[in-house]
Amino acid sequence: MEVVSQHIHRLEGLNVHIIPTVKYKTNTLVLRMKAPLSEENVTYRAILPYVLQSGTKQHPSVKSIRQYVEDLYGAALAVDVNKKGEEHVISIYMDVANETYLQDAPPLLEKTVAMLADVLLHPAEENGAFVASIVESEKRALLQRIESAFDDKMRYANQRLIEEMCKEEPYRLSPNGQEEAVSSITPQSLYEYYKKALLEDEIDLYIVGDVTADALQLVEKYFSIPVRQQQQKQTAQAAAPRQEREVVEKQDLKQSKLNIGYRTHITYKDKDYFALQVFNGLFGGFAHSKLFRNVREKHSLAYYAASRYESHKGLLFVMSGIEGENYEKAVNIIGEQLTAMRNGDFTEEDMSQTKAVIKNQILETLDTPRGLMELLYHDVVADYKRPMDTWLGDVDRVTRDEIIAVANKIELDTIYLLQGSEEA
Amino acid sequence: MEKIEYGQLKEQLYYEKLPNGLEVYILPKSGFNKTYATFTTKYGSIDNEFIPLSKDEKLHVPDGIAHFLEHKLFEKEDRDVFQDFGKQGASSNAFTSFTRTAYLFSCTSNVEMNLQTLLDFVQDPYFTEQTVEKEKGIIGQEIQMYQDNADWRLYFGLIESLYQKHPVKIDIAGTIESISQITKDLLYECYRTFYHPSNMLLFIVGPVDPEKMMQLVRDNQANKLYTDQPSIERFFEEEPEEVSQKKTVIQMTVQTPKCLVGIKTKQSGKTGRELLKFEIATTLLMDYLFGRSSDNYERLYQDGLIDDTFSYDYTAESNFGFAMVGGDTKQPDELAERLRSILLDTNYEGLSEETLSRVKKKKIGGVLRSLNSPEFIANQFTRYAFNGSSLFDALPILEEITIDDLKASAQEFINEKRMSVCQVVPKR
Repeated sequence: MEVVSQHIHRLEGLNVHIIPTVKYKTNTLVLRMKAPLSEENVTYRAILPYVLQSGTKQHPSVKSIRQYVEDLYGAALAVDVNKKGEEHVISIYMDVANETYLQDAPPLLEKTVAMLADVLLHPAEENGAFVASIVESEKRALLQRIESAFDDKMRYANQRLIEEMCKEEPYRLSPNGQEEAVSSITPQSLYEYYKKALLEDEIDLYIVGDVTADALQLVEKYFSIPVRQQQQKQTAQAAAPRQEREVVEKQDLKQSKLNIGYRTHITYKDKDYFALQVFNGLFGGFAHSKLFRNVREKHSLAYYAASRYESHKGLLFVMSGIEGENYEKAVNIIGEQLTAMRNGDFTEEDMSQTKAVIKNQILETLDTPRGLMELLYHDVVADYKRPMDTWLGDVDRVTRDEIIAVANKIELDTIYLLQGSEEA
Repeated sequence: MEKIEYGQLKEQLYYEKLPNGLEVYILPKSGFNKTYATFTTKYGSIDNEFIPLSKDEKLHVPDGIAHFLEHKLFEKEDRDVFQDFGKQGASSNAFTSFTRTAYLFSCTSNVEMNLQTLLDFVQDPYFTEQTVEKEKGIIGQEIQMYQDNADWRLYFGLIESLYQKHPVKIDIAGTIESISQITKDLLYECYRTFYHPSNMLLFIVGPVDPEKMMQLVRDNQANKLYTDQPSIERFFEEEPEEVSQKKTVIQMTVQTPKCLVGIKTKQSGKTGRELLKFEIATTLLMDYLFGRSSDNYERLYQDGLIDDTFSYDYTAESNFGFAMVGGDTKQPDELAERLRSILLDTNYEGLSEETLSRVKKKKIGGVLRSLNSPEFIANQFTRYAFNGSSLFDALPILEEITIDDLKASAQEFINEKRMSVCQVVPKR
């Protein structure tokens, strides 16, 4: 079964992925720039797309850009930064109404492609640098984004766990950059970094929608990205084995957040990647999983108790919100569930159910343009081709022994508790 | 079965009202993998005072009971319904809002079996004292989780400030104290009153054969015994025009303060198309005033008063409605003052046609985008239907909105008396 049809073209330094489909009433474009996470560049990369979306040569202010995209029937323009394993990924998203659904349709797709190219390649400039007032506004907004991670306690607990767990690895860095590095950014230094990123980053453009090969010609018309000078490859270093750690931090909160980090030693490239998915589904990925059934349903300790795996760094995280006094009990119950997995304490029915839910999840993700694109992007991050047509079969082929082997490969690394207490 | 064509949108909607009163809508979507279905009762957190089925006296129920009931419907004598859906490769969930409780699943295989499961589990309650007690621990943790969530506290803090009487001011999950009063008998009382098919709507969207699906639903419902039920009497105290608090400040463990300014609507009694049109006009007015292309947004951003968390929203239901605007800010008092002044001091007579035309285009694109999402279609269609209108009318109504509609909305809606401010600030 062909699940997704993807055509990949290389236009000098730009990889263009075209995915034709008539499912949607909009056409979606996603541009991604990827480089290794590093302390030196992380803060530049965290601010860069926000500066780019704030002014182009033709539309030198936020207001002017926003008025222009609203006139394109509310074309959406958004940016974000993320990490995928130890890669730092900048994204610029645009989507626009499919002209078919409008009364008198201007050439929306072409204008959107042109706009995306402008945002990336023709930013507003002054004195050979970015516009100072834009950079200042975005420095302030970046500081607020960094601070807001502290204010969202579930996110904060997750981020603190990663910082503790990956102290010696680039993965400890938040994609939003470092607070202390923000003030030193200048319009010149950021501009220099931008020019360098345009030459060195791996750049991919995805177009999902009611498009034909003509879309490629549009991209060719507006984008010119030189061939990459050097290939940057960073292989995730495996952390040296060390003692399991426990970190407790106190804040004035009603609920304590318990986050536990494990090393799976399995990434997207590995042959047991799908066995890891099935393991996670049995262990904590769903409402039928062991964690939900035991921590929540059986012992009433929590509202949420779940696990998720990270595909490119080989990590697994468990998270739950509990009463502080139940900390040890919860840790024990979670530990028992992992032991049960290692002992193969799950039925054939549990396995087939979990596989069905995972396949369902993959197919559902393919129903949204962004989800589809996220799944395809795994190939780019891992630099490894896993044809999507084989995914469903790969899930089905996972055996009981492979799941048990995964469970035994997984190592506990760090237990982090954000303890709620009235006067912390 | 009736077929409704929406030519411009290339959508066909199938509809039937079953003999027991259940309204069923099916929207086939070819090309999609997923089928998504919601089974929704017109019963939410605001319905806390009513005459129970076949009783004569008004009953006032504990805060959070609709949400509690939602949790408890998943548990049966011998099993948990999450597991049933899981076995059939589906994922299921539910949510409770101010006015609705919805049960849903999504799946890419076994659609018919999953649909049966959905209908059957919602229509077969099983509550015992013991399982009700156990749930109090889980929901207690859900309540605590929201108590630590600054954005949630801000949102509810604002609603509580706006309303004096209307039960929309009550937190949907209730409090640890209020849920302690919930019993199995109270749950059954609410269930019998609000879960009759004539108070419910089923929406199915996905790559399905509408006739086959409808037949399945007909057969399923025909097998169940329901006697006709009179329409439900619900009671809401009259909401005064004045707000409960002009300003509320909540201290929490945060670094960046947050500020929201809100206005509640007058009790207008609007329903159906009129309500929908007012909602769209008011939403456009908010876009006009606060959208990212507006002069106001530009100034607030340049002055360092807002960041990309800034947002605005308007919610309209048949007996309450409110707008809110704000976000994270270093200067919550200054931001509150500026937002109030934009709302109160704008010269609404001078609104520009050109700007309206732009925000309308933006909204049209937004409607098309939202119609990519089966979840959005099912949930919003149900919400509109309960208010007597149709989601698919939104596009034509949007196209016909004029500058006079925006002026009328501003005239009716914007009033200092009905305005409150809520802030979350770092604990000292």
